[in-house]
Amino acid sequence: MALSTDDVRHVARLARLALSDEEVEALRSQLSDILAYAEQVGEAAGGDVPPTSHAYPLANVFRADEPHESLSPEEAISTAPEAEDGRFRVPKIVGGEA
Amino acid sequence: MSELVTRTAAELRDLLAAGEVSAREVAQAHLDRIRATDGRVKAFLKVLDEQALAHAGDVDRRRAAGEPLGPLAGVPLALKDILATKGIETTCATRILETYRPPYDATVVKRLRQADVVVLGKTNMDEFAMGSSTENSAFSKTYNPWDLARVPGGSSGGSSAAVAAFDAPLGIGTDTGGSIRQPAAFCGIVGVKPTYGLVSRFGLIAFASSLDQVGPFARSVTDAALLLDAIAGHDPADSTSIPEAKPDFLAGIDKGVQGLRVGVVREFMAEGMEPGVRARVDEAVARLEKLGATVVDVSLPHASYGVAAYYLIAPSEASSNLSRYDGVRYGLRVPGETAEEMMANTRAAGFGPEVKRRIMIGTYALSAGYYDAYYAQAQRVRTLIIRDFAEAYAQCDVLVGPTTPSTAFTVGEKVDDPLAMYLNDVYTIPSNLAGAPALSLPIGLDEHHLPVGLQVMAPVLGEPAMFRVARALEADLAFDPTPRGANALETPGGAAA
Repeated sequence: MALSTDDVRHVARLARLALSDEEVEALRSQLSDILAYAEQVGEAAGGDVPPTSHAYPLANVFRADEPHESLSPEEAISTAPEAEDGRFRVPKIVGGEA
Repeated sequence: MSELVTRTAAELRDLLAAGEVSAREVAQAHLDRIRATDGRVKAFLKVLDEQALAHAGDVDRRRAAGEPLGPLAGVPLALKDILATKGIETTCATRILETYRPPYDATVVKRLRQADVVVLGKTNMDEFAMGSSTENSAFSKTYNPWDLARVPGGSSGGSSAAVAAFDAPLGIGTDTGGSIRQPAAFCGIVGVKPTYGLVSRFGLIAFASSLDQVGPFARSVTDAALLLDAIAGHDPADSTSIPEAKPDFLAGIDKGVQGLRVGVVREFMAEGMEPGVRARVDEAVARLEKLGATVVDVSLPHASYGVAAYYLIAPSEASSNLSRYDGVRYGLRVPGETAEEMMANTRAAGFGPEVKRRIMIGTYALSAGYYDAYYAQAQRVRTLIIRDFAEAYAQCDVLVGPTTPSTAFTVGEKVDDPLAMYLNDVYTIPSNLAGAPALSLPIGLDEHHLPVGLQVMAPVLGEPAMFRVARALEADLAFDPTPRGANALETPGGAAA
């Protein structure tokens, strides 16, 4: 699978990674090699083989719906790079409006 | 008391219980060893002198007062910096978490405290546990005590180097594709990847959630089993934690291999292995037969597809897990005009090259149009590998083979070739994909005085047989874990042998 630089930029956008031109070029070549190697999974298994997502299958693991000890709001926000009035502070998301 | 650092955890536990030495003396001896050697090994990102001595002092006080103590009271340990420690930096060796101090403890950290294990410090690793040499740490390389020009393996290279350097008798690592067993093999110590779900992942910074597992390092098989016993068991805070009672790892550990069937994996012995590794593995198999095991030839026909499947599954899960580093809730933030720009700038500055590479592979493999060809197909291969193991275990109790194709390579040798680095994991990955336990045991040295590891694999929850085989071979081979050779770290209390 040979990737183009446009492919790499598209994936980087999806992954929210700002990449330099040098990084794009290096990743284009490395990802092409790695994916070419990984493509052998296509020949290994037919469509009749069911996929496995977890080796030890456990389903519907719920805890009892009871109050229990948890982080306080102050602790939960203590690691935030920016906070204000007990909330996470982020740059404006909706453009144009005040 | 430099001699204290050469003791195993079981020996220290007994000396402490008999009152022949205090926990403070034990902690101080190990901290002194770290101070004397870690400038060259660089196993630790942070040494917790004060906390370790305070905890050790508390153990001594409670022992004197006749209060109850944990099973490993006063035994020191090196903790991989991927497990959350309340109020103490937990960096995962990444810039994006450089100043992160979690407001909670990982379950494993809580259990270590309940066992009264004394944590000496947080150890270096590949950034987000992505790597096989610890060269991907954002902060420092770590050097192999057997040859300071070589890598200790990875990603848990800090913990394995610390145990090999006699900084601590016990270490904690994590293993997603071999990150405990490969550094154990490179450093001449024992490393165990337990059954998936046996040890809680709560508070373990996630890499690939369906594969990540915490496990022990030690210089003896019994020590590794003791540490696994201290950290294993159901945790309601981890929805993938196995609800059944944990196996008894120690009850049969000294029973020998008489009557056990040991399968030698044909495909692992076929090609790609260095001659020095092959020679030691062949000898170890011959010893097992001499000790009374029945040796059988078995096949894992799809194991060769393991690396390809792994390098789709693990990056896919990683790309999803690492989306949480958005510059909002914790860690680094680099400003940007918009929220999206802030996130992209933060992630560009906070992640190193290997982490970016894996996020990109995973994002690509999960993106529209490619999911079926890559991720779903890799999961089908996972099914085939699980079936291969099931067929093999119809004929034998454990499987053996090399842990790694080579012994420790030199620093810088593979950093520019990601695919060559990934192929290091060829023998270790299948057990992760199958969720099954596996252990690396040091079985001797190659022609360069570098340790060789034998991998002992067992079916899900088959740790007792795995430990039993490893213990029998350990007793027979009497491997000396003291680093030696021209470029080795000096032995405790003396020069390099």
